[in-house]
Amino acid sequence: MSLSPPEKIAEQARSLLNVEVAGESAAAAGGTEVVYELRDVHVHYGQALAVGGMNMRIHKNVITAIIGPSGCGKSTMLRTLNRMNDAIPGFRLTGEVLYHDRSIYERSIDPVEVRRRIGMVFQRPNPFPKSIYENIAWAPRILGLRADLEERVENALRAAALWDEVKDRLKQSALGLSGGQQQRLCIARALAIEPDVLLLDEPCSALDPIATASVEELMHELKRDYTQVIVTHNMQQAARVADRTAFFSLNVENGSRSGVLVEYDTTKKIFTSPGDQRTADYIAGRFG
Amino acid sequence: MTTTSSPSTTLLGAEDLNLRRRRLTDRLMRLSATAAAGVAVAVLAIVVGSVVIKGASALSIPFLTQNPAVGLGAVGGGIANAIVGSALIVAVGTAMALPLGILIALYLTEFATPRTAPPIRLVLDLLNGTPTIVIGVFIFGLLVVSHSQTGFAASIALAIIMLPLMARTTQEMLLLVPGDLRNAAHALGVRRWRMILGIVLPSALGGILTGAILAVARAFGETAPLLLCDSVFGNTTSLNIFGTAIPNIPMDIYRYSESGFPTDHARAWGAALVLIALILVGNLSARAMLARQRRRLAGR
Repeated sequence: MSLSPPEKIAEQARSLLNVEVAGESAAAAGGTEVVYELRDVHVHYGQALAVGGMNMRIHKNVITAIIGPSGCGKSTMLRTLNRMNDAIPGFRLTGEVLYHDRSIYERSIDPVEVRRRIGMVFQRPNPFPKSIYENIAWAPRILGLRADLEERVENALRAAALWDEVKDRLKQSALGLSGGQQQRLCIARALAIEPDVLLLDEPCSALDPIATASVEELMHELKRDYTQVIVTHNMQQAARVADRTAFFSLNVENGSRSGVLVEYDTTKKIFTSPGDQRTADYIAGRFG
Repeated sequence: MTTTSSPSTTLLGAEDLNLRRRRLTDRLMRLSATAAAGVAVAVLAIVVGSVVIKGASALSIPFLTQNPAVGLGAVGGGIANAIVGSALIVAVGTAMALPLGILIALYLTEFATPRTAPPIRLVLDLLNGTPTIVIGVFIFGLLVVSHSQTGFAASIALAIIMLPLMARTTQEMLLLVPGDLRNAAHALGVRRWRMILGIVLPSALGGILTGAILAVARAFGETAPLLLCDSVFGNTTSLNIFGTAIPNIPMDIYRYSESGFPTDHARAWGAALVLIALILVGNLSARAMLARQRRRLAGR
C-alpha cells in the first residue's frame, strides 16, 4: 500500500471499521469528573522499561479503551491501576497514579484495599471451581458484606445480565457455564463487592462473537454506575464500546522494546482524525 | 564443496542398506523398551500372584476378626489386633505428618522466594530418600532406649517417612491450581491467607488427599522402624499407644515367617495378603481421585 495522506487514511479507517463510532457525546455528557490521573508514569521490570510516558486522565462513568499492538504495555498499564503488578518480581513504577486525587502507590496505601475498590475482569474467564452462587457470594462474605447476601448475589447477576439464565441452577458448578456466561459471571463477581471502577483486560478475546456482543452490551449498561477501562486488541471493539481511546505503540531503541502512550482522545477523534501518524497507521491496519 | 561419504540419496536405490540398518535399530530399541515395561508388570504380577495363592488359604472371616491363638503352633485365631494396631499407628502418624506436610507445601508454593524454595525441596527429597532403618534407629535412640518401645515412637518414625511424600505431592497439586484463580481472588481485594483457605486449598483438595493416601499406603508397609520401635507386643488388641508396643501387620508377617510352624507360615502369607490388599486399594482409590481432580481443574 502506498503512503496515503491522513485524510485518506481516516476515510479508510471509517470504511474498514464500518461501525458507528461510539461516544460522540459521552465525553461531554458524563465524563467531567476525573477518576484517575496518571502523571508521567513509567513502569520498569528489572532494568527494562516496559511502558512509559503515560500522562492521562480517566473520567467517571466513561468507557476508556486501551488499544495498541502486542507487547506495547496495554495490560501493564491496566494493572498499574489496581496494583495487580505488585506481585511481579522486579516491578517498579515511577511517576504518580492518582485515584480521586490520592496516590495509590504511596507507602501508606494497602494494595489489598486498592483492589477491593477496583474490580477487574481477565482475559480468560476464570470462575472459581465452586457453585454459581458461591462464585458471587465468596468475596462479599469475606469482606464483611454479609447482610442480605442472597439479594446481593441476585443483584450482581442481574447487573451482569446473567440472572435469567442461571437463576434455576445457582447451586450448580460455574464451570458448567458457557464461555460467555462464565465471563459475565466474572463480571458479576467483580460487581458484587461494589467497586468504583471496573478494569477489563481483553475480556472478549476468549469468546465467540455472540458472547462478545453480550459482554459489550453489558458494558454499555454498566456505564451508568461504573467507570470502565478496557484493554482490547480489537479496534472494532474499541470503536463500538469506548468513549475515549488511548493508543499505545512500541518504541524500539537500541534493540530494546518498550511501550509508549502515543495518543489519547475521544474515540471519534482517534478513529477519524488521529493526530499522530503512528495512530493513523495502526488504525488503517498497516501494522500490529 | 566437499562431498560426504554417504551415497547420494535416491528413493529406492543406493541408501537401502543404511535404511535397513536404521530400521532394525529402531525396531530393536522399541522391542527392548517394551520388554522392560513387560518385566515390571510381570514382577508385580508374580509377587501379588504368589501372595494371593499362598495367602488365600489362610484368609477367612475369623482371620480378620480374631486375635491370635495363644500357644506355640496353635491352630486358628487371626490378626485382628495387628490390623487395628497398624491402623492406629499409621493414623496417629498421619495426624502429625499431614498438617505439617500441607503447611510445608503452602510455604513452598505461596510464600517461598526463588532462593528459599529449591533448598527446601532438596531437603524434602533427601528426607524422602533416607533409608527408613536410619529413621528407625534415630527414633529408637531418641524415644525407645531410655524408656520402652511404644506405638507412638513408631508413629513418629512413620510420620517422618510420610512427611516428604505428603509435602511434595501437595506442592505438586497446589502448582496445578491455575494462576487465573489466584488472580481472580487477588483482584477481589481478598487477603492472601483467605485466598489460600478459600480458593487454593479447596481446588487442590482431591490431589492433596491423593498424596496423603499414597503416603499412608507406604507407611502401612514400612517394617524397618517398627522392628526397632514397635516389635515386642502381646497377642491382644492394645490401644495404649503411649505406654506399650502396639501389634502391627508388618511385624506379624516378619515373626510368623521366622517361625518353625507351618501354620505360622500360612498366617504370614495371610497377613501379607491383607497388607497388600490394603495398599492396593489405597493406591487405586488415590489414583481414581487424582484423575478426577485433574479433570476438575483442567476441564473447563
